[in-house]
Amino acid sequence: MKESAAIIIDLPTLEQTARLGRYLGETARAGEIILLTGPLGAGKTTLAQHIGIGTGVPENCLITSPTFSLLHEYPGRLPLYHMDLYRLSGEEELEELGFTEYMYGNGLTIIEWPDRLGSMLPKEKIEVELHFTGDSSRRATISFHGTRFDQIKQGLDKITTTE
Amino acid sequence: MYLNHLIKLPTTSKMILLGIESSCDETAAALLANGRNVLASVINSQIDVHARYGGVVPELASRQHVRNILPVVRETLDQAGITLDQVDGIVVTQGPGLVGCLLVGFSFAKAVSLVRRIPMLGVDHLAGHLLSVFLGDDPPEFPFVAMVASGGHTSLFKVTSHTQFQLVGRTRDDAAGEAFDKVAKLLGLGYPGGPVISRLASDGDCEKIQFPRARLGPGSLDFSFSGLKTAVANHIHKTTEHGESLNIPDVCASFQEAVVDVICEKSLEAARMNQCDQIVLAGGVAANPRLRLRLKEQGTQQGISVHPAPLSYCTDNAAMIAYAGANNFLARAAIAPESDVYSRSPILTWS
Repeated sequence: MKESAAIIIDLPTLEQTARLGRYLGETARAGEIILLTGPLGAGKTTLAQHIGIGTGVPENCLITSPTFSLLHEYPGRLPLYHMDLYRLSGEEELEELGFTEYMYGNGLTIIEWPDRLGSMLPKEKIEVELHFTGDSSRRATISFHGTRFDQIKQGLDKITTTE
Repeated sequence: MYLNHLIKLPTTSKMILLGIESSCDETAAALLANGRNVLASVINSQIDVHARYGGVVPELASRQHVRNILPVVRETLDQAGITLDQVDGIVVTQGPGLVGCLLVGFSFAKAVSLVRRIPMLGVDHLAGHLLSVFLGDDPPEFPFVAMVASGGHTSLFKVTSHTQFQLVGRTRDDAAGEAFDKVAKLLGLGYPGGPVISRLASDGDCEKIQFPRARLGPGSLDFSFSGLKTAVANHIHKTTEHGESLNIPDVCASFQEAVVDVICEKSLEAARMNQCDQIVLAGGVAANPRLRLRLKEQGTQQGISVHPAPLSYCTDNAAMIAYAGANNFLARAAIAPESDVYSRSPILTWS
């Protein structure tokens, strides 16, 4: 498994977050998995909203927090599965809810609070960790696990250097 | 093959309906007579699961629904002193929710329907919430504006009949109930957050901390609670960083007031914009005493009557599901056996 150093991107404003999200959504391919981590209020759902804009979720389909309902599905260029595992206790529950079937299916899966996955954590994935750096500014630490992300990574480099 | 080709539907309103709900955490069943009298309403958290978990949130899984459904339905029939032979129709939540959970109630209802030849139909969970007010002593008249606020939903509807709902506003990120849960989590107060925040808020000063109210532009009936949650997180962070002690009742009261202000403002604005002089308040957050009080006060000042759903039917229950189906039964609607559950609500899209 090819591991590479994490890329750190500062997100001083919502616009930078939106740009990062849209890019990840536009470049996403079927079966891709993005893990979002960071404390409550760090902007995980906000980033997911912009990833959804990138995958072409129609404007009248608002991407809202899946914390209560655990999983939201959205149409688009490819299906978007947005999961929040915050309320789950562990692997067994995930298996029973059939969540793993979504993860390796025909769409992009975004997973908030992925630590609940335990041994079911996918090997190929993009991990985005969001940190508070101020009231409205954030920092994203992005790591790519797997061989299929080289192109996405290069494009990301361009996005950050043209800031 | 449609069920209504096989079975004679009840022809009068003197019918007994069995309601079943399993869209999220709760497995629930209820029996409704004459389209409005609740004979029994049982929610899993009130029986064995409650005792086993000591009142803590029950384990959430479709497995739990599978385990609960039969005891819950049995308990409902027992409490009402009714047998399945006396049941004229089954109403079940068809969506929105988790497919795995919905399927438990839906498949159970289908099986009973087919084996016992009882007609059944599916209704929308949101329709159940916004009609739950009719189970109480203070029902409105059509048309009215309904504010449904819960852990998973925060939406405003214009309701013109038992079956016609128009979405006029909705949350763009977090639901109101979710904001309560997450703020409780930030404060280390446990789950669910609504009751504990409401209790602590009564000892706090709601003007102590100025938390933001997201209005989203003039005329917008949409909601956003994500920024409020982040503002509370920032406040906690800053206070503890400076070594000051956090006044939890003040945080609770100030946070609650921000949610209440926005819900009141938007509900009243929705009533004005839709020429309605009645507002219905429903969903789990409608159980919040401060919200009930403030919306009633502000409504009275503006000549708008406010009808909160009965407290016992604010959180998820099956009585509201049976009620929502009662009128459809009279309209001779019945469900096809090949029909399926849905995860996204058709009544939650702009028309």
